[in-house]
Amino acid sequence: MSKNLRFKSSKLVDETYRISFKFNNKTYYGYKGDTLASALLANDVHLVGRSFKYHRPRGIMTAGSEEPNAIIQLHDNTSRTEPNVRATEIEIYEGLVASSQNCWPSVDFDIGGINNILSPLLPAGFYYKTFMWPKSFWEKYEYFIRKSAGLGKSPKEADPDIYEHRYIHCDVLIIGAGISGIMAAKMAAKNGLKTLLVDEKSFLGGSTIYDNSEFLKINNQITSSWLEKEINEISKLKNLEIKTRTSVAAFHGYNFLLARENLTDHLPISQRKNKVRHRLLKIRAKKVISATGAIERPLIFDNNDRPGILLSSAVKKYIDLYGVACGENNILFTNNDTAYETAMSMVQRGIKVNAIIDNREEIVSKLSYEVEKNNIKIFKGYTVVDTYGYKRINGLSIMQLSKDGQKVIGKKIKLSCDSLGVSGGWTPAVHLFTQSGGKLKFRENDQVFIPNKYPSDQLSIGSCNGDFSLEEITTNTILSVKKFLNINDIDYNTFEIITGINKSKRNIWLLPSDKILGKTKSFVDYQNDATAKDIKLALREGFRSIEHVKRYTTTGMGTDQGKLGNMHALGIISETAGTKMGEHGTTTFRPPYTPLTFGTIVGRNVGEFFDIIRRTPIHDWHVTNNAKFENVGQWKRAWYYPKANENMHQAVQRESKAARECAGILDASTLGKIDIQGTDASEFLNRVYTNAWSKLAIGKCRYGLMLNEDGMVYDDGVTSRLDENHYIMTTTTGGAANVLGKLEDYLQTEWPELDVYLSSVTDHYATISVCGPHSKKIVSKVIPDLDFSDEKFPHMSFKNAKIDQIKCRVMRISFTGEQSYEINIQSNYGKSVWEKCIEAGKDFNITPYGTETMHLLRAEKGFIIVGQDTDATMTPIDLQMDWIVSKKKYDFIGKRSLYRSDTIKDDRKQLVGLLTENPEEVLEEGAQIVADIKKSPIEMLGHVTSSYYSPNLNKSIALGVVKGGKKMLGQKLIIPMENKNINVTVADPVFLDKEGERLNANL
Amino acid sequence: MFLINCPFCGEREQSEFKAGGEAHIERPKQPTELSDDEWAEFLFMRKNIKGVQFERWNHAHGCRKWFNIARDTSNDQIKAVYKMGEKPPVK
Ligand SMILES: [Zn+2]
Repeated sequence: MSKNLRFKSSKLVDETYRISFKFNNKTYYGYKGDTLASALLANDVHLVGRSFKYHRPRGIMTAGSEEPNAIIQLHDNTSRTEPNVRATEIEIYEGLVASSQNCWPSVDFDIGGINNILSPLLPAGFYYKTFMWPKSFWEKYEYFIRKSAGLGKSPKEADPDIYEHRYIHCDVLIIGAGISGIMAAKMAAKNGLKTLLVDEKSFLGGSTIYDNSEFLKINNQITSSWLEKEINEISKLKNLEIKTRTSVAAFHGYNFLLARENLTDHLPISQRKNKVRHRLLKIRAKKVISATGAIERPLIFDNNDRPGILLSSAVKKYIDLYGVACGENNILFTNNDTAYETAMSMVQRGIKVNAIIDNREEIVSKLSYEVEKNNIKIFKGYTVVDTYGYKRINGLSIMQLSKDGQKVIGKKIKLSCDSLGVSGGWTPAVHLFTQSGGKLKFRENDQVFIPNKYPSDQLSIGSCNGDFSLEEITTNTILSVKKFLNINDIDYNTFEIITGINKSKRNIWLLPSDKILGKTKSFVDYQNDATAKDIKLALREGFRSIEHVKRYTTTGMGTDQGKLGNMHALGIISETAGTKMGEHGTTTFRPPYTPLTFGTIVGRNVGEFFDIIRRTPIHDWHVTNNAKFENVGQWKRAWYYPKANENMHQAVQRESKAARECAGILDASTLGKIDIQGTDASEFLNRVYTNAWSKLAIGKCRYGLMLNEDGMVYDDGVTSRLDENHYIMTTTTGGAANVLGKLEDYLQTEWPELDVYLSSVTDHYATISVCGPHSKKIVSKVIPDLDFSDEKFPHMSFKNAKIDQIKCRVMRISFTGEQSYEINIQSNYGKSVWEKCIEAGKDFNITPYGTETMHLLRAEKGFIIVGQDTDATMTPIDLQMDWIVSKKKYDFIGKRSLYRSDTIKDDRKQLVGLLTENPEEVLEEGAQIVADIKKSPIEMLGHVTSSYYSPNLNKSIALGVVKGGKKMLGQKLIIPMENKNINVTVADPVFLDKEGERLNANL
Repeated sequence: MFLINCPFCGEREQSEFKAGGEAHIERPKQPTELSDDEWAEFLFMRKNIKGVQFERWNHAHGCRKWFNIARDTSNDQIKAVYKMGEKPPVK
C-alpha cells in the first residue's frame, strides 16, 4: 500500500467527492478538484514518464501548463485518446484512464533506458550526425527510433466530440486572472468597457489565491482573503465576461487572439454527450492586457531531473491548493526567497523540511528568519552538486560555492530526502507578448527579459511585466492600467502592503560541480533531454545564434517549447561566449502557447462541412441514376454511370461509343459563366483573349484562349455574342472564380476607362449538352418551334428559344467533335429539361455520360484541358495552337511574352499525340517520356498528360508534352515503367475526324 | 490577422481580402515596343523591402474592389489605404 500524502482542508479539493481513475493500468483515488498530477502525488506516485532521448525516469515537475515531464496519453486505444496531455492540467473525473507515453514497454522497465548508459555516445546533434547518414538508411532507423521515442499515439477512429468556433469582439481582453488581472478587470469593467477576462485554470486568483502567509498582507488582510473579496465583486459586474479553463493559444497582429475554452474535459465521459468539448474563441480586442504571470525557473545542476524534484512553487501549490505533500522528507534548494514561502506552507501543515540550501551567502528577509526559527537548517552559500536515486530521489550532496560562484569548495555533505523543491527565481511569461511581435529588453539586476516595445494597443502587467513583489504588482498595475485605459475612477485608493520577502537573488545559470562538465547531466530542457554540456558543445562546434543552438541541441523544441529552461540556455550561451544576454537573440515562441487538438482547430468544419459542396441543379437525377461522382474544385460532377456489374472502364467505353454512334447527354452546368456587358465589351474581349473578337457577329460563338501576362495558357472556353454590347463567356469549371477575378482586376486597375460590366452567372443557368449523330432529332423534339436546320442554325452559333413558356438559349458548340447542342436554362428548370431530353432521346439510345467520357471524347479530338494538358508553363505555340493567336492584334494579355527569348526556343515542351506500339497498352498519365534509355542519367523529355483506350478507334491514345515534340512526328520514344519499357510513336494530337465532318453528321 | 479599412466598405477582417502584390506597377501601354529586358522588368521584378511597402489588395469577399495599402513590413502596420489611381499619401 502506498503512502497517503493528503492533508485535510485544502482550497480546491472537495474531500466529500471521491473519484477513481487509472494510471498505467493501476486504479487510484483522488478527489474532485484534483489534477491528475495532484492525485498521483497524493498516492506518492512521482515517476510518470521517460525522457525523450536517454529515457531517464521523470517525475511531475510543475503544477501548470509549463510542465515538461508529466506528458501522458489519455484513454489509449479509444476514439477519445489524446497524446501529449499535461497531467498537471487535466482535472480528474470518474473513469479517467491515463498512461505514460514516452516509454516502451513500460515506465518501470524501459528499453530506451540503455541510451542513458550510452549517453556519452549521444551528444547534441547525434541524430543528425548518425542516423541521417547515409540518407537511405534513415528509413531503417526511423521505425525503431520512433517506437522507443514514443511521441504519443494519435487516435485511429473519428473524434466523437463536438467542437466549435466563436468570434468575440471586446473593448478589453485581459489574459490571466491572477491578482493584477483581477484588478485590471475590475477597473476596466467598472468604467463601462466591455471586458473579457480569461484564465487557463479552473479557478480565479492565480498564485495569490492560495497565499495564506502572515508575511504578505493587503490592507491588513491575508492576500488570499483580500483577493477572494475582489473576485466576488467582479463576478457581479455586468460588463465583464469571465472565462476559466480558457487558454490563449495565439496572439496575432492587430489584437487578434485565439483561445481555447475547455468545456467538458473535466467531466466524466458519460456527461459529455451532445456538449461542445472545446470552443475556439477568435477574439478581436480593441485593447489587450496581458497578466500572464511568471514561471518559476529550475536550477541547473548534475542529475537535476530525478523524479521527486519539483519547482518549489509547485510544491507549495500542491500543499495549499490540493492538500498534497510531495514527500515526507523535503529539502528546498533556492537562490531567492521563494522557497521560504514554500517552507512556511510546509511548516503550517506540519510537513517536514530537512533543510534549505541557498546559493546566497546572506539572507536577510523576515520570512527567512521565521523559517530559521522553526529549526530548519539553512545552508547559506551552498549548492547541490549531485542527486541520488533512480526512479525517485533519495538523497543529494551539497558543497559550498566559491565567492565568485564559479567553483565549489570545501567538503561534500550528503543529505537524504524524498522530495526536492528548487527555485531559480522567476521568468516573466512573455510568450504571448513576443508572439504578437513585442520586443523584449533584458533587466540586468535580476536577469529577466521584460516587455519593451508593444506592437499593438496592449499592456503587460504584474509579474509577466517583471513586477514580482506585491507592492510593485499592485502599484504598477493601478498606475499603468489607469493610463492605458484612460480612466480616472477607480476603487483602489489606499493600498497598504506588508511583506516579509526580500528581492535579493544570486543568479548562476549553470551551477558549478566538483565533476568536470563532461561527466555531468545537468538538464536544461527536460522534455528533449538537452543538457548544459550539449549547449557548450554546440558553441564549441561553432553555433552562435540561439536559433541555431536551439535546433542543434533541440533545446526548447518540445511540446512545452522550453518554458522552463530556455532562459538557462541563453544564460549558458552568453556566459560561455562572453557576451551580453540577448545579444544572441531570444528564441521565438510560436503559437499555440500550449498544444491544441485538431478538433479545436477545425471546429464544426468536419465531414460534409469540411469544405463547401456545390451541386448542379441536375444532381439528384445523377444520384438516382447511379452516377459515381468526381470532385472538381468544390463541385460534385457526375463521373460515370455504371450499369449493373460494369466497372469504370466498361462504363466509360459504353458511354463513349454511344455518344459517337447514337447520342450522349452531359451535365455541363459547372462550367463558369460570366455575363459581359458594356459599350467596350468587344474591345475588352480583344484584350483578354488571344484571338480577335470585334468581328464576331451577333448570334455567333467563338472559342477563346486566355493567357497570363507571361504568355502561358490560363483558361479557355466559348464566348457567345448575345447582342451588340453583350456577351456570355464560359470558363473551365475550376477556373471560373479566378478568371472573373482576373478580368475584374484588369478592368479596375489597368483599363478603368473601358465601359464593361461583369457578373458571374455560373449558378444561374443549368447547361445540358446533347451530342451525337441523333442529337438534332432529340433537341428538335424538346424544342419543336426552333429551326435546327444546318443553314439556319450552323455550328458555332446560338438561338434564343422557349421550352414551354421558359426562355432558354441553345448553343451549337462541341467539345466532343460530334454535332452537339447545349441548352442553357434558368437553373431551377434544369432537371426537368434534362428529363425531357432523356425522354426525347429514348428511341435514340441517348446515354448520359460523365466527366471521364467527356475527357476521353475530347482527347480523341486532341482538344486540350487547361490544367491537365497544361501546367502554367505552356504557351499556345507549345500547344500547337498557333491558329488561335492573332497576328493582327496590337496587344492582348500575354502577347509580348510569346516572343521572349525563352518562349521562342524550339526545344520547349510541346503538346503531341502518342500512340503505343501495342494498341492495347494504355499509358499511365504522368509517366515520363525518354528517347535514350541507355544514357546515364536518362534525359527526361516530357510526360504523358492524358491517356485513354479509345473504343471508337479501338486503340490506346495519349497526349503528352515532349521537348521539341513538334518536330518529332513519327519518331519512336520510350515510356520507362517500373517493370517494362513501353514503345510509343509521336503522332498528330488529333486522332479522330481531323476534317471535322462529324460536326454536321446526322444519322 | 490584419484589420483592413476598405475604402468602400470600412474596417474588415483580413480573411475577406486577397493580396495582389506590389502596387504602382503599370502595365506598359506599348508592350511591343519593349525589349526583352524591359518587358521582364515589368513582368518579374518586384521589390521586397523592410519598411513601408505599397501593395494591391482586393476586397474579394466584400465589394470586390481593388485598392492600395501602404504597409510597414517590419511590423505589419498599415500606414494608409487609398484608392486605385491615387498617389500614396505616405512615404
Ligand atoms: Zn470593400
